[in-house]
Amino acid sequence: MSTTMWFQSYWPGMKADVGGKAASLGEMTGAGLPVPPGFAITTGGYRRAHDEADLDATLARLLHGLNTEDTDMVSRVCSEVRDAIRTMPLPGEVEAEIRRSYDELCRMADTVNLPVAVRSSATSEDSPDASFAGEHDTYLWVRGGDDVVDAVRRCWASLFTDRATCYRVVMGYEHRSVEMAVVVQKMVRPKSAGVAFTLNPSDGDRSVVAIDSAWGFGEGVVSGEITPDNFLVDKVLFEVSKRNVSTKESEFVLTDHDTVEKVDCDAAKASEPSLTDDEIKAIARLARSAERHYGSPQDIEWAVDLDLPDGENIILLQARPETVWSKKAPQRITEGQNPSDFMASIVSTLVNPLHARKK
Amino acid sequence: MTERFPSPFEVPSPEGASDWTSLYPYGLVFSEDRKDYEDSVFWFQDGMHWPDPLPPWDASIIDLAFGALSQYNSRVFIVPPANGLSVRLLNGYVYLSPVPADPADIEKRAGMFMERAGYYFMNWNDLYDKWMLKVRALVGRLEAIEIEPLPDFEDFSVVQEGHGKTSGFDLYKAYNDLLTAVAEIWNYHFEFLNLGYAAYLDFFGFCKTAWPNIPDLAIAKMVAGVEVDLFRPDEELKRLARLAKESGVADAFGSGDVETTCETLKGSEAGRAWIASFEESAEPWFNFSTGSGFYHKDKIWIENVEVPFDFIKNYIDKLNKGEDIARPLEAIHAERDRIVAEYTELLASDEDREAFQGKLGLARVVFPYVENHNFYVEHWTHSVIWRKMRAIGSVFVKESFIEQPDDIFYMHRGEVHDAITDLYTSWAAPEPARGPKYWPPIIKQRRAMVEACKKQKPPPALGTPPEVITEPFTVMLWGVTSESVDGWLGAADNADGSLKGMSASPGVVEGVARVIFSPDQIAEVQEGEILVAPLTAPSWAPIFGKIAATVTDTGGMMSHAAIVCREYGLPAVTGTSFATSTISTGDRIRVDGNTGVVTKID
Repeated sequence: MSTTMWFQSYWPGMKADVGGKAASLGEMTGAGLPVPPGFAITTGGYRRAHDEADLDATLARLLHGLNTEDTDMVSRVCSEVRDAIRTMPLPGEVEAEIRRSYDELCRMADTVNLPVAVRSSATSEDSPDASFAGEHDTYLWVRGGDDVVDAVRRCWASLFTDRATCYRVVMGYEHRSVEMAVVVQKMVRPKSAGVAFTLNPSDGDRSVVAIDSAWGFGEGVVSGEITPDNFLVDKVLFEVSKRNVSTKESEFVLTDHDTVEKVDCDAAKASEPSLTDDEIKAIARLARSAERHYGSPQDIEWAVDLDLPDGENIILLQARPETVWSKKAPQRITEGQNPSDFMASIVSTLVNPLHARKK
Repeated sequence: MTERFPSPFEVPSPEGASDWTSLYPYGLVFSEDRKDYEDSVFWFQDGMHWPDPLPPWDASIIDLAFGALSQYNSRVFIVPPANGLSVRLLNGYVYLSPVPADPADIEKRAGMFMERAGYYFMNWNDLYDKWMLKVRALVGRLEAIEIEPLPDFEDFSVVQEGHGKTSGFDLYKAYNDLLTAVAEIWNYHFEFLNLGYAAYLDFFGFCKTAWPNIPDLAIAKMVAGVEVDLFRPDEELKRLARLAKESGVADAFGSGDVETTCETLKGSEAGRAWIASFEESAEPWFNFSTGSGFYHKDKIWIENVEVPFDFIKNYIDKLNKGEDIARPLEAIHAERDRIVAEYTELLASDEDREAFQGKLGLARVVFPYVENHNFYVEHWTHSVIWRKMRAIGSVFVKESFIEQPDDIFYMHRGEVHDAITDLYTSWAAPEPARGPKYWPPIIKQRRAMVEACKKQKPPPALGTPPEVITEPFTVMLWGVTSESVDGWLGAADNADGSLKGMSASPGVVEGVARVIFSPDQIAEVQEGEILVAPLTAPSWAPIFGKIAATVTDTGGMMSHAAIVCREYGLPAVTGTSFATSTISTGDRIRVDGNTGVVTKID
């Protein structure tokens, strides 16, 4: 098993080696749903580091005789275990491979010290460990090879939270058999971001994608704090059929201390469209792919990434089923008509022409 | 207060053309005799077919054409809500008014319509085959009309063979046959057209109901034919460009001068073969007008070889640059299938899918006629009619009735008949004809009047507009909707100076405008410019490879011009009413073919 796996080279047989999170990112990438690019450090990588540092011996020594009732002891011991993992030396080829992959990601984004998210990716979702997936760690805005390697070790260390450790003791699972994969994924730095529906929310028309967009991070669009630009794109020809550019008085941006905050938007920029036509079409195509992939109308969050080259910079952040129109029974267009009686239909078209009908 | 356009009786005559009604047959002009009717209805100007004031003879086509249109609605197929169109001339411009059926009769009419139109729909292809034979036979008869100067003495054969009639009679008959042919071809023109539009509108309505935001273009693309006769002249130009290159005679087009090119071509075997091939294409495909086909002045390729030669030269230049000029037929087919499949997939029930397939099927059966008739009628048949009229003009020149053959077009329909009778009987007597003294001053005065009419811009409409424009053909073909009428009333001064028209072909482009008013100016259009014109004609197709977008004053989404714009994938906004009067050559403009808005950029 290699130490790392790029999302785009994922196939289902690798799921056990890369964990559920990485598997899902790999699957989406493979389906043409462009999640932020990145790679996973496989369980093989963890196992090699584990073996090289002789972690079995450390675990055996520290966890011997752990009394799960004694919360002070649990807290102290587990903290020592985590420290041991956070400080253990990595095998040369494992560290080199992580750094090489990270450098490659920097090159793709043409950015030195590219900020990434480092997250744990639980490997055994069928096992009780899965219930602790939420406790595994996530590190945002990690920059540089040293910090990435450090964050990877921290993720590994999160296998030994107090609760997970006690649970294994109580259930009689072996500490040395647990493994963890880690995901390293580019942090999105959005030029603009927003949401898209694979139907028109105002009339349920399924032949269009409706896009709401604003400058910067998508928080303001999602929360409704910013009145976004609004575009309607035909799903078949990908023509922009309606555009409504609003005055976006503020935008959400990244601060120096890596938080996202609302600031005033430059007056000239505020009234400019937050997307180019090519971007609008690419987002519509992305939404349509998600709808096809999941087999039902979708409500997605997306971003246009500043760091990635044109053509690769439209990023899918989240997809979930659309719930309002999807629940309504589809209305028959030919309701009350015999679909093969074309003459009756032509007469009604002539007598009651479309453009004169009440909306 | 109801906003309204001027009454036809309030519009002043142009300066220098106070007697303009004398240019036309009495039934074609507004008059006190019918004032009650004419003042009670709404008229819109048809600048799509007739952007300029009409010379007297050119108006001959109009009443016959609209009579033909109307009779199929009112007397043949009995279209439930719509009768025909009234047509009038005002200051030389054409105005139309839809004549609705009495709402109380709609039900009765619907029964007749279903039976009659239903028969045509069910037998469409057989009837269309017959149509083609009728039209070709008519053009054959037209071509066979011989127009000769009157001889001093009849040939001996007239006696030997017992003709019993003379050259004078032949000339008299030739003109009558020509007029009959005009009426006949226009009967054929509308034999299928309104029904074709009705079936298309039905499919269109289904799509707009199923997908309220579907682009018109998507609907047009599902229906449009891939191999269309209207594109054939352009295809022939491309073929000839390729042939010139392949047979090594392309250099002959370097001079840009027809005579030099022809001399060079004649000097080689391959060149002579190319000329023969050109002549083969020319009949019938280069009977193609550079305008709408409705004016005698419109240049016809076959008579103005510099026009197709110039286009061929452009194509040769493209080939030399390694560009592919062929229409990618397979890709167009595949794209059409893809669009249909994807929209079908978006329908929710089997019944809807069945209805969709049925309507699409019928629209595709009727559409070849809608797309092709224009070539056969306005281009081919009209070309021959103008040619034959000029031949009669030449006879008049020889007899000193007029100074140049085209002067004949400044007599109206009945007057040509009178002049031929004058010529015939004075030749027979013989005695002096009145024509040589009578016509030259009249024609001089009329030429001046038509010019004077050109200087006064026609109002876009007359009378009080109805609350809703419901006449289906008016909307589809002329692009006249309640919205555009409101736009005319508000004139061009939108707050931001933008123009609103029909989104005839999608895409957004910014660039430099080139405003042209007649086909003679086509050569001025430079690579990458945005074409702004009163209207565009299908025969301008070859410059669509050169321009970035099109904006027109008139025309709807199915106007002949719009079909070609979409074929070339250019953004187009049609029916803006004021583009040529508010945009100047050199202005930077933004054309949004998705929303139908044209904006000037500073």
